[in-house]
Amino acid sequence: MLNSLIAVSLAYVAALFLVAFYAERLAARGRGAWLRSPIVYTLSLSVYCTAWTFYGAVGSAARAGLEFLAIYMGPTLVLVGWWWVLRKIVRIGRSQKITSIADLISSRYGKSNSIAVIVTIMAVIGTTPYIALQLQSVTLSFNTFLVESRPGSDLYDAQSTAFWVALGLAFFTILFGTRNLDANERHHGVVTAIALEAVVKLVALIAVGVFVVWQVMGGVTETFAAIDASEIHMWNRDGGRWTGILFVSAAAFIALPRMFQVMVVEIDDEKHLATASWAFPTYVMLMSLFVVPIAVAGLQVFPDGANPDLFVLTVPLAHGWDGLAMFAFIGGFSAATSMVIVAAIALSTMVSNHVVMPIWLKWSSRDLSVAGDVRQIVLFSRRISIAGILALGYFYLQLTGGGAALAAIGLISFAGVAQFLPAMIGGIFWRAANRHGALFGLLTGFVVWAYTLFLPSFGPDALISKEILEQGLFGLSWLRPNALFGINGLDSLVHALVWSISLNTLVFVIVSLVTFPNPMERLQGAQFVNVYDHSVEASSWSKGRAETEDLLLMSQRIVGANEAQKIFRAEAERQGMVGYLPDTTPGFIQRLERELAGSVGAATAHAMIAQIVGRSSVSVDDLMRVADETAQIMEYSSQLEAKSDELAKSARQLTEANEKLTNMSVQKDAFLSQISHELRTPMTSIRAFSEILENEGELNDQDRAKYAGIIHGETLRLTRLLDDLLDLSVLENGQVKLNITHGNIADIIDHAISATHFSKDQLEIARNRSDEDFDVTADIDRLSQVVINLITNAAKYCENDAPRLDISVRSENDLLTLDFIDNGKGVPNTLQDEIFEKFSRASDRAAGAGLGLAICREVMTNLGGHITYLPGQTGAGFRVTLPVS
Amino acid sequence: MDDKRLPSFLERSSYRRRRARDASRLLPVVCLFLFAYPGLWELGETGGIVLSDALIFLFAVWLVAIAVAAVLSRLLGEPVVGDSDFSDMKSGE
Repeated sequence: MLNSLIAVSLAYVAALFLVAFYAERLAARGRGAWLRSPIVYTLSLSVYCTAWTFYGAVGSAARAGLEFLAIYMGPTLVLVGWWWVLRKIVRIGRSQKITSIADLISSRYGKSNSIAVIVTIMAVIGTTPYIALQLQSVTLSFNTFLVESRPGSDLYDAQSTAFWVALGLAFFTILFGTRNLDANERHHGVVTAIALEAVVKLVALIAVGVFVVWQVMGGVTETFAAIDASEIHMWNRDGGRWTGILFVSAAAFIALPRMFQVMVVEIDDEKHLATASWAFPTYVMLMSLFVVPIAVAGLQVFPDGANPDLFVLTVPLAHGWDGLAMFAFIGGFSAATSMVIVAAIALSTMVSNHVVMPIWLKWSSRDLSVAGDVRQIVLFSRRISIAGILALGYFYLQLTGGGAALAAIGLISFAGVAQFLPAMIGGIFWRAANRHGALFGLLTGFVVWAYTLFLPSFGPDALISKEILEQGLFGLSWLRPNALFGINGLDSLVHALVWSISLNTLVFVIVSLVTFPNPMERLQGAQFVNVYDHSVEASSWSKGRAETEDLLLMSQRIVGANEAQKIFRAEAERQGMVGYLPDTTPGFIQRLERELAGSVGAATAHAMIAQIVGRSSVSVDDLMRVADETAQIMEYSSQLEAKSDELAKSARQLTEANEKLTNMSVQKDAFLSQISHELRTPMTSIRAFSEILENEGELNDQDRAKYAGIIHGETLRLTRLLDDLLDLSVLENGQVKLNITHGNIADIIDHAISATHFSKDQLEIARNRSDEDFDVTADIDRLSQVVINLITNAAKYCENDAPRLDISVRSENDLLTLDFIDNGKGVPNTLQDEIFEKFSRASDRAAGAGLGLAICREVMTNLGGHITYLPGQTGAGFRVTLPVS
Repeated sequence: MDDKRLPSFLERSSYRRRRARDASRLLPVVCLFLFAYPGLWELGETGGIVLSDALIFLFAVWLVAIAVAAVLSRLLGEPVVGDSDFSDMKSGE
């Protein structure tokens, strides 16, 4: 029988190889749509049901009642609640091209590789014993047949089985698990083989169950009777353990690396989740349907307490159904191998992407575009990792020697990976969750788990000393591993779960609250939490200076020549170009990074592109630099704006100055022509009359005297004119010397009137002398010059038959006001501004240089007062104001 | 009459789907309660509940949960990813 068992096993393995090979061929040709069906997806999820559950569920039922059901019901909770968590994780996994659970957590927290390394190490520590457990189950089940057919042979032969199984699994996993590099191209061969194994193990267990119920027990009613009559209790520990197992199995279902691999990485279509939400619970329900009957039957056949873990095999064997037993063996073999294969793929991806590749990248600082074939290195590192993980599992089995400690490792391993849960769930629902929080939370949970559950599970003095177990760490009783902080009497699993998960969550939340995430984390946090809003952009490259050709070379080495050229060509088309070399826009670099991330993980892809693009990562410094540049540009532009304002202002000022200059030049020209005219007129008559006096000999005395008089008059006029000009120039330049004395206004006006000595016909002056009694302190001579000038003007220009000038004086607010108003026509509006200018004459009626009012204005300005034209009077009106100091 | 009926029909189907969403969120909570329920039962052989009763209870709950999940997945799994009805489920809702 042993030989036929070996033959059947080998045939089954060969069939698996063929199926995997065939599926790969179909997928490569783009055929075989059924490979991507939701049923295959659901069946692939069955890697959850390992040999531990295949054999161990019956053993657990025989020992501890219904506890095994909780292990199946936990995942049911997760799947029927797929809308809450799984859907989001799958969407994130697809949009970010996540390759493993370590990749998910590290991507969420700013592509931090340290987190990825910690998660990877925790996953390896948690999974290695589990792989050993699978190898042990194969060994034990094989041993059952060995003992049956060759009584007396020892376990040594069986131990060698473990070696050959491990070797075969490593070979299979390497062959089909590292065929293609992009994890987003699913491992069709592996998944199909897993699906086949899922069917085999389910059918095998159901076959044994049907055999037990209808063959051994004799029907359903009898089975129920036998169950109630059996010594199996519902459970022999407290109800808290039931809930604890429900929780931990639900958590592990999400966080186990192998579950993440089949559930998130290998999924083809999000819609498959909807099918799996009911189909997988159905699968596990069927898996557990016959567990209790088989256990009851086993206890009936072997009442003396044989290993209940092997009832699935021994019950049919005891009834002589060797063929069925062999089928059951194949079922258990399927359960063990499928778990090992997927776990090895998942772990090797993590180890290779997060441990080996970063180290290799660091060591080989060479330029990636000229370095060796990265694709080969990644594949090689993955193959080595797979072999290493299986070797680890094998040596673990050899070292511990199997036994009960190993059997208990299942739930302990679950509790270990459950430590990923806070960082994971927090990361996808809470934006403020940050790297430090995740890091410290993970470490806390892991340490507490190891201290309270993992290390003590090996027994006293194995990995943790008996003193610590009984007295607590450092002899502190509240640090006892089984009664942390004085909580006693709890089941050890529940105790460890409560403490590890709660402390993990607490540290995660508190550290996240008090520390600050870097920009990359905030970006990724937003993209994870709001994945339904934007399922695209992953990280940002602020500059795209990479040489396209270098990128193409590198990509070819990672994803293969065809795939890389396809990506580059598609991008070139998108940019409206022909050929394979698109512009390295930030968007393209981002897309390319995501593509590469599917092969080598997000952090590694980021680092590789960074080597070519010349930026190690988008760090805070980079962002600060960008911000600085922006600030500088803004500063510069605001400076420019200010400068241009200034320029505009000076241009305006220049224009004004220019206008003024032009004006002044015009005025100067006018002044010059005016003055030459004013000088020329008397000079002409002087010259004419002096020539007459010189040439005409017969002039009588009367004429001579007349002409000499004219010449004299003209020279006087010239002198006056020159005096006036000189006076004005002195006044204008502020060089005038004022002779400040005290005086009375009435006296000044009296003096002026007597100096002008106009007759009443010429000008009648009306004044009220009693109102003029004001004392002033000023240059009295200058002031009377102004009054004389105004009186003379009135006499000269007043166009009235009976000219009359009203002089009125009053004082207001320390301001003395003298109004001179005549009864003439006044000055036209248009000329009112000009009359105070030099050589300006309002009419041609009287001869005059037109300097009088200009002098008046200058005098008043020098005296600190004003002279203005007073419009709206009976005739021309002038107002002189003078401060009374 | 016709142009009034069409929007009301669309409204109804979208309303249905939203309620299916709510139900699928509620389902794991109800399941958790029912699954955890045996943890509260009396321990020991003298208790009123025998093992076969417990088995029947758990498997019945399990079966109903699967049936409800199957119905809900038919209602929810159909629309293409990213269509308006599917993508409006932000974390807030």
